[in-house]
Amino acid sequence: MSEISTALSRGRSGATRRVAGGRAPHQGSRARAVLSQILLTVVLVIFLMPFIWMLATAVKPGNEVFSSPPSFFGSRIRWQNFIDAWTYVPFDRFMINGAIVSVLGTVLVCATSVLAAYAFARLTFRGKGPLFALYLVTLLVPQEVVVIPMFILMQELGWQNSYQALILPWAFTAFGTFLLRQFFLTIPRELEEAARVDGASRLRTLLTIVVPVARPAIGVLAVFTFINYWNSFLWPLIIISTQEMATVPIGLNSFLGQQGNQWHLLMAASALSMVPTALIVILLQRHLVRGIALSGMGGR
Amino acid sequence: MTTASTGVSRSPAAPRRALRRREAVAAYGFLTPSGLGFLAFTLGPILGSLAISFFHWPVIGGRSWAGLTNFLTILTEDPIFWRAVRNTLIFVVLYMPLNFLLALGLALWISPQIRGRGLYRLLFFLPAVTPIVANALVWRLLVQPNGLFAEVATWFGIEDLNPLGSGAGAMAVVVAMSLWQGFGYNMLVFSAGLDSIPEQLYEAASLDGANVLHRFARITLPMLSPSIFFATVMTLITSFQVFAQPYVLTAGGPGVATTTMVMYLYQRGFQLFDLGTASAVATSLFVIIAAITAVQFTGQRRWVHYE
Repeated sequence: MSEISTALSRGRSGATRRVAGGRAPHQGSRARAVLSQILLTVVLVIFLMPFIWMLATAVKPGNEVFSSPPSFFGSRIRWQNFIDAWTYVPFDRFMINGAIVSVLGTVLVCATSVLAAYAFARLTFRGKGPLFALYLVTLLVPQEVVVIPMFILMQELGWQNSYQALILPWAFTAFGTFLLRQFFLTIPRELEEAARVDGASRLRTLLTIVVPVARPAIGVLAVFTFINYWNSFLWPLIIISTQEMATVPIGLNSFLGQQGNQWHLLMAASALSMVPTALIVILLQRHLVRGIALSGMGGR
Repeated sequence: MTTASTGVSRSPAAPRRALRRREAVAAYGFLTPSGLGFLAFTLGPILGSLAISFFHWPVIGGRSWAGLTNFLTILTEDPIFWRAVRNTLIFVVLYMPLNFLLALGLALWISPQIRGRGLYRLLFFLPAVTPIVANALVWRLLVQPNGLFAEVATWFGIEDLNPLGSGAGAMAVVVAMSLWQGFGYNMLVFSAGLDSIPEQLYEAASLDGANVLHRFARITLPMLSPSIFFATVMTLITSFQVFAQPYVLTAGGPGVATTTMVMYLYQRGFQLFDLGTASAVATSLFVIIAAITAVQFTGQRRWVHYE
């Protein structure tokens, strides 16, 4: 018993020591920690080299992209590349399309998932078990397996090359419902019961009591859904046939074929295409890390 | 609430039943938007996928019953299908263990002793959220014959590096780029798992004289096994779906050396406009994924420790 409590208190004091960032017990282990941090930073810089090279190429004059030997900086920094990339292809169109599809898709996914997840987490009804099992099973079916029937469905509906074809097919997967249901189950029922006794309807209870508490989980779902829509490639490649309807990845891909490869413009466009999702992840990092721990699968 | 008055005259079970019915009505109401979409866009297409593989189904024009013809075509006549299966398996076999090694290694490395751990985790995770096409384009630039990689190779005495020129080289590039892009997810999953292991377990083991390796094998791995199991299931499913990386980096080449199953599905369906056969490829892919997932779930009892 006493051993356990010593171990516990040691563990705790060890933790505080680290949080405070104070001195480690031995000089040797401290030096090792510093060395470890330096090495890790070197690895990180090498790891980020593709991004760094992308940015470096994005501001080089076009004829210096393949200078020999490759140099990090061109003869001058050419910011004009970003503007050229923007106009070389209708890049604004790609960004607007991407934003429309991603935002609408995210709103739709979150709204339908919240409602369904609440029913599965809190309400009793006939067929609940089998229906939930059915939802779960479809989680294991990858998108790639269903693109052909989905394409045929769009053909039948006459929806090829449209926003609804980009949004609706992936707005009703079981992932959101599953993720939010798991979270709703952890919310104490007492919170809602007070509102119910006061005569609030189920929908009102859900919107005023449950949703605010579940904001972190809904936020995680929203971010991953947005990223998935923004980055999606195979499906838009299949269903989109004009530049006017292209999303960002499709636009980048179409760039590649045009009159030789304008790598400096392509890299400028690639860098621009990364801004929205990278920004979201950087701004919301803490929630995301927890969300991945929670679900481990969003965004894949 | 209006049920109070009716409860007086009837048997006590009646209001409860009425309440339950109202609850069920509410539940069906909540489920309707999601459920209708789920039927039309998730469940329907899954069943449809299986059905279509039994038809001759061109993108434009008449369709007719094909029986098992599509499956027989890809399994016995088509030389590319088996190459695509083989390429996909090679990819999975290379990608999975390396992904886990990198993910677990970095999750351990970014320990509490590292300052600013959150930032390191975030930056190693970043390529997982930037558009995969943009990622692949940068890599395509890097591996050009006169690109950065070729230059770095000359520092080590390798001249004229052109990995995309050979089948093995192209596959190596696809695997490397996929690892760079994708291992961050598992790293975050493992980090969360590691952080939740109680410190006192290690302290107690140290008191008992266990060394680093012992502690890793006896504490870290068993405690992490649920995360590892989960990550295995998910990573396997996603690695069988590999498409954008070879599409952008190699276009499946040289020859068909990096044509994966999903790439072949795409070519067959949307470049050769043969949806029936493409669906047979999709069904085969699903059967492989389902079989491997089932094996994983039956095998998990042997090594996964839930508390």
